[in-house]
Amino acid sequence: MTTRYNKWVVIAVTTTLLLTTPLWVLVSFLFEPGNENWLHLVDTLLPEYIINSLWLMFGVTIGSLTLGVSSAWLISQHDFFGKKILHWALLLPLAMPAYIIAYTYTGLLEFEGPVQSTLRAFFDPQTVNAWFPEVRSLQGAIVMLSLVLYPYVYLLARTAFSGNTQQIMNASRTLGAGPYRRFFVIALPMARPAVVAGVTLALMETLADFGTVQYFGVPTFTTGIYRTWTGFGDTTTTAQLALLLLAFVSILIAIELWSRKKAEYFAQGTKSASLPATKLSGHKSGLAFMVCLIPVAFGFLIPATQLLTWSIQNAETGFNSEFLTLIWNSFHLAAITAIVAASIALLLAYVQRIHNSRTTRLSKRIVTLGYAIPGTVIAVAVMIPFAWLDNTLDSWMRNTFNISTGLLLSGTLFALVFAYTFRFLSISLQTVESGLKQIKPSMDDSARTLGANRWTILLKIHLPLLNRSLLVAFLLVFVEVLKELPTTLILRPFNFNTLSVKAYEMASDERLADAGLPALLIVLTGLIPVILLSKAIGKSHV
Amino acid sequence: MKIFLTGFITLVLSLPVYAAVEEVNIYSARKEQLIKPILDRFEKQSGIKVNLITGKADALLKRIETEGTNTPADILITTDAGRLHRAKTAMVLQPAITPDIEKIVPSNLQDPDHYWIGLTTRSRIIVYAKDRVKPSELSTYEALSDPKWKKRLCIRSSNNIYNQSLVASMIVHKGEQSTEDWAKGLVKNFARKPKGGDRDQIKAVAAGQCDIAVVNTYYLAQMLNGKDSTQKKAAEQVAVFWPNQNDRGAHINISGIAITKASKNKENALKLIRYLLSPEAQTWYAEANNEYPVIKEATLSKTLKSWGQFHSDSLNLKELGEYNSQAVRIMDRAGWR
Repeated sequence: MTTRYNKWVVIAVTTTLLLTTPLWVLVSFLFEPGNENWLHLVDTLLPEYIINSLWLMFGVTIGSLTLGVSSAWLISQHDFFGKKILHWALLLPLAMPAYIIAYTYTGLLEFEGPVQSTLRAFFDPQTVNAWFPEVRSLQGAIVMLSLVLYPYVYLLARTAFSGNTQQIMNASRTLGAGPYRRFFVIALPMARPAVVAGVTLALMETLADFGTVQYFGVPTFTTGIYRTWTGFGDTTTTAQLALLLLAFVSILIAIELWSRKKAEYFAQGTKSASLPATKLSGHKSGLAFMVCLIPVAFGFLIPATQLLTWSIQNAETGFNSEFLTLIWNSFHLAAITAIVAASIALLLAYVQRIHNSRTTRLSKRIVTLGYAIPGTVIAVAVMIPFAWLDNTLDSWMRNTFNISTGLLLSGTLFALVFAYTFRFLSISLQTVESGLKQIKPSMDDSARTLGANRWTILLKIHLPLLNRSLLVAFLLVFVEVLKELPTTLILRPFNFNTLSVKAYEMASDERLADAGLPALLIVLTGLIPVILLSKAIGKSHV
Repeated sequence: MKIFLTGFITLVLSLPVYAAVEEVNIYSARKEQLIKPILDRFEKQSGIKVNLITGKADALLKRIETEGTNTPADILITTDAGRLHRAKTAMVLQPAITPDIEKIVPSNLQDPDHYWIGLTTRSRIIVYAKDRVKPSELSTYEALSDPKWKKRLCIRSSNNIYNQSLVASMIVHKGEQSTEDWAKGLVKNFARKPKGGDRDQIKAVAAGQCDIAVVNTYYLAQMLNGKDSTQKKAAEQVAVFWPNQNDRGAHINISGIAITKASKNKENALKLIRYLLSPEAQTWYAEANNEYPVIKEATLSKTLKSWGQFHSDSLNLKELGEYNSQAVRIMDRAGWR
């Protein structure tokens, strides 16, 4: 009983409470009376928001599962043509901001775009118009989001498939289980926590997406939130709508927890010599190559080529020294946040492992909510407590010492990193947790019987085993921060630009050609850790 | 370590010096590429350091609100009048625009209580496919709801502030009920679900997906002047129609500027506003985005000149802000997504 209020639990809970201040700010709006804008929304648009958001979630689940799991399975268990490159290339779409990919495909596939125009030149224009699918639609949004979000599923599933699961896979193979049986009976159920975690991340990001659905004219929760704010100038209804969105997400998380409870598989934490991957040859190798190439091609190669072509042909300004500053700004913000988020994730996941109580479980769940809140809402919810703190301190200092301290934290990079951490902690937590899940608790017990204390267990046993998950957590948050837009836009200090801000300012002016270069640079900057970490992950692979 | 320490001390020591420099801090909803060059020029001429954050108008306004009396912002720049009105209602502005500034800008383009003033104007016009529509078929915004345009009209989403402002102006002129009837008729004429930006609507007209579209002047002008040859070709296939020339005139909006209540550099802010309204700055500022300058001495861009003179709605633009929420509700009820 006493262990429940152990100092680590206190630290974890305090961290959670501090980090989730924005959430409590939002919740405080719940107590404000609903106004006529609510009634208006319920009468007109709310049903549409809910239905569209549900369809979007359903579609992205199917899309990201199909692309992510199939490629992860092929890469982790087989040897085939091009695997060495595809192994990390499959991560590339992650660095592509969803709204940018939406813009590029619209340019390619819209009525007046090159693809339809070419088709009309060769076939009967009436037939082409009738049959060609509209890219700017709900279906289009599902495809766009699936293309950039499947890497979550891929990465987490791949880690699970090639992690400790490997040992059982090897045993089953020696016992003569065929590939399909191995996949459906052993690998998939064992990787389920990881796969579900990946899908949950993809869905939370889907719910928070604004750029794509806005451009495609699909009214969802996020566009509704934004519209209520800008159209009515009504912060209360905006916050309440955001809370409704959070209720949605809580259901999602509950489902995830339920699914995990049904599958609390712990794998052996020992390392084993793995059998070589199944070698595919001939047409099988070609088929595997194609399956893994498709997501890379559509999620990265085609849009990146389009961006490059646009920026070469039409950009008004080329690469100049300003871009070096932009790259540096984006890079160091992303790196700092990724380290902070990974450390806090480790703390929370670990405290929960050693003191599994309702308090720790709950606090860990609450911090993950940030990921599904649209960036704009988070930014405002971060701004309010920071400004309050600054202003309160300022007036106290004025009254007491007659010194004005002004705004100490608001409008600084600290506020920005704080907001990012709240928003993206879910990613690092899911990743670290699913890594920790693969380390059997009995191992801790044996270690403790042998006289090791908690620190020794953490440093000597868990951290080396978690190595890969931590790297993945770092990478994912890094790339997310690189492409993050709304929070950066609102909270940044004076004269501080990032690549995503630059890309957005051009794209929102419908100057896609000029958005091409900064967008490509986001991808290239994101590539650095992808490649480095792929190498590191490859090395730690035993 | 030593380097860091030295760096840190230098930084701390340099802070007071930095603060003593004459400066002016801007929160701007106008994009960096459309404002930075002229701010740089101001900085050079006046020696006043200009600090800039760009973002979406509502977010910037919220930031000024929450930062309260300690906000570093001296100036708010928006790209529509409605937001300036909203900022005024939120009590974050001060009535600081001086008479010498007010007298050079037409009175409907500024707040009667001296809170904000317009820097450029743009009109929301009708464009039509040259080969399929005769200009004589067009007349007013009101007539766009005529069933003869069924499945022939393209316009962007009602999320867009310029559509909200247009509808707000209709409410002022025609009343709420007839505006709602009009909006319902308009929605029936949509050739497709609203999507994309104004440039997309022009491209759709050029591609034959619709025959007419409602867009802001500068989008068309930029397509005509940009490097992108497909966009240029599309823009050349449409022509400009100035609506309501026989009655109230074409709907216009502004990009405008205001001084915050908590401004600590009010004099510098006023200097900047005066500069932005000088013929030199107005010519550049308007041309950068192909907008109309608000002072007569500035020259129009070539494209705008070629479109000729037009009669614009003289409604005081603060009304656009006042009727914004009602406009949004009407559009929602009309099914304008």
